Amino acid sequence: MATVDLKDVRKVYGGRIEAVKGVSIAIPDGSMCVLVGPSGCGKSTLLRMIAGLEEITEGTVSIGGEVVNKKGPAERDIAMVFQNYALYPHMKVYDNMAYGLRNRGMARDEIDRRVREAAATLGLAEFLERKPRELSGGQRQRVAMGRAIVRSPKAFLFDEPLSNLDAKLRGQMRIEIKNLQKSLGVTSVYVTHDQVEAMTLADTLVVMNQGLAEQIDTPMAIYERPASVFVAGFIGSPAMNLLAATGGEPGKGLKLAGGAVVKPRDTVLPEAGREVLLGVRPEHMTLVSDRNNADIELKVTAVETLGADTLAHGHPVAGDLRSGELIARLPGSVHVADDDVLPLAIQPGMAHIFDAASGRRI
Amino acid sequence: MSPRVVFPNKLLPYLLLAPQVAITLVFFYWPASQALYQSVLREDPFGLNSAFVGLANFRRVLSQPSYIDSVQTTAIFSVATALLAMVVALLLAVMVDKIIKGRGFYRTLMIWPYAVAPAIAGMLWLFMFNPTMGTFAYMLRSAGYSWDPLLNGPQAMTLVIAAAAWKQISYNFLFFVAGLQAIPKTLIEAAAIDGAGETKRFWTIIFPLLAPTTFFLLVINTTYAFFDTFGIIHAVTGGGPGKATETLVYKVYNDGFVNLNFGDSAAQSVILMVIVIALTAFQFRYVERKVHYG
Ligand SMILES: Nc1ncnc2c1ncn2[C@@H]1O[C@H](COP(=O)(O)OP(=O)(O)OP(=O)(O)O)[C@@H](O)[C@H]1O
Ligand SMILES: [Mg+2]
Repeated sequence: MATVDLKDVRKVYGGRIEAVKGVSIAIPDGSMCVLVGPSGCGKSTLLRMIAGLEEITEGTVSIGGEVVNKKGPAERDIAMVFQNYALYPHMKVYDNMAYGLRNRGMARDEIDRRVREAAATLGLAEFLERKPRELSGGQRQRVAMGRAIVRSPKAFLFDEPLSNLDAKLRGQMRIEIKNLQKSLGVTSVYVTHDQVEAMTLADTLVVMNQGLAEQIDTPMAIYERPASVFVAGFIGSPAMNLLAATGGEPGKGLKLAGGAVVKPRDTVLPEAGREVLLGVRPEHMTLVSDRNNADIELKVTAVETLGADTLAHGHPVAGDLRSGELIARLPGSVHVADDDVLPLAIQPGMAHIFDAASGRRI
Repeated sequence: MSPRVVFPNKLLPYLLLAPQVAITLVFFYWPASQALYQSVLREDPFGLNSAFVGLANFRRVLSQPSYIDSVQTTAIFSVATALLAMVVALLLAVMVDKIIKGRGFYRTLMIWPYAVAPAIAGMLWLFMFNPTMGTFAYMLRSAGYSWDPLLNGPQAMTLVIAAAAWKQISYNFLFFVAGLQAIPKTLIEAAAIDGAGETKRFWTIIFPLLAPTTFFLLVINTTYAFFDTFGIIHAVTGGGPGKATETLVYKVYNDGFVNLNFGDSAAQSVILMVIVIALTAFQFRYVERKVHYG
């Protein structure tokens, strides 16, 4: 067990492609750090640099306070779970798990004890004599986990370990991984592009975009105060509504692109004339009884009934499509039809203002 | 599932198959049956009379000490050729797999020898190692090694083995390269993280996963060493010196076409066929069991 520290880590492939552009993350001992971001943002590259599978162009990676840039993957004492599991197809489950221990010259009975213990934890005891191809996807996933656990490494690295499983199994394994990681207390780095996995697993969440860490914080802090338009749009489902607006005269609120004026409560408003984006999460808009109390009137163009919730899609009445599409998440009991006009209030303090040019939070 | 495609014309499929069937008939079944037929006949040297003699030809061939010697020569030659060709090819393939720049170039270079006809390959080696004018022979001699494959049996054997293996290396190389590429990179990475060094990875992960390729090549190379090396031996040593490099195929040719003993020669080729069939059957029965197919 150990801390994992990244300092200004950069990766340039072949002298041209800059996949990671300087990322610093400090992961405390025993905690779970999740890297999330769209495809191609450099998550795997970063993880592989921690693992020692990819050379580090610049910056340092330390594990347990010791810089490991020059060390090979074996010497870093980490274990990795791959997306395709990477089980050795010609070895039995038992040997798959024992392989790493044998290579390190561990005594036979100690290997046996560890493998059986891990197999029991993961519910694999009856499959030890099987070959990987005789297992289901979920069982293979467990074997891959088992191979990592038996080693008791300083850190676990996961690269989208659940993306080959169906939705139900994914949910189940997610919880198992979380429990396992907590009970073992092993520092972990987990790569995913699934924001539900990211939110539920992370102690520290890193939102990456184009080779940079846009924001590093706890999942809730990122949800509540996204640092940029990118983070705001990436975390949360359905995504945060973003409306183009300009700062109005002091005390007058915000002018939406379509002409309507919005005055969110408990929010610091930008100075007059400044181009901004107003962000409101769908779940932070409440239906009010009276037009006069409404911040925005939503003209409904489509309705999604999910049961517990109803999603109303549309655009602000006073505006036109320029001010952007809006989604409001309303209780399932509310009946909404196309062409309805819904008076909506933004919950106090739940408006986010971003600079239109830089995309940073104001 | 897509429906089965059916030829509307009943005759067309047979027409399309006909050339392949004709070739097999003319170049395999017909000669094979001729050999079988000849092997039970005794013919006078002028080819005027022949008489049915039953298994007498086989009895005589198998009781010749020179035939037993030839079996031994063939065993040494085949095992050495197949092993050498496969080991060197695997080594080269593993090394090319590590090259990133110019990999295609190296691969193309490696494939060329396969396009060289056996007799030409034999001549090449003959020239290179010819005691009077060969470059390599000169180098060997100046290194203090007395090199004369024309007189020294083991040296002649070494030379034909090298030449025969050299020609087969390209073929094996191609298959090993393809086999290596089919091994997922993440497996190698997982093994590296699991603390296996390069040699260990090769023997515990790569080699076992290459087994299907290796097995296939074992069968192909054995057959090659038995049958297809005639041209090389003919060009390099002509079976000599003495009978040091006279393999079974070469003896078939020598007894039949040089010494015009058709009965013996035919009996030998039948025995040879049986040996190769038995060997291949053995490989499939016992060696293939150890092969793990992905
Ligand atoms: N070996 C390589 N050589 C050159 N460029 C590479 C290499 N590996 C990755 N890249 C590039 O680096 C960038 C980051 O790739 P990376 O695999 O880290 O993305 P990712 O965030 O893991 O995406 P995904 O979610 O699709 O797995 C991509 O633009 C990719 O094209
Ligand atoms: Mg990836």
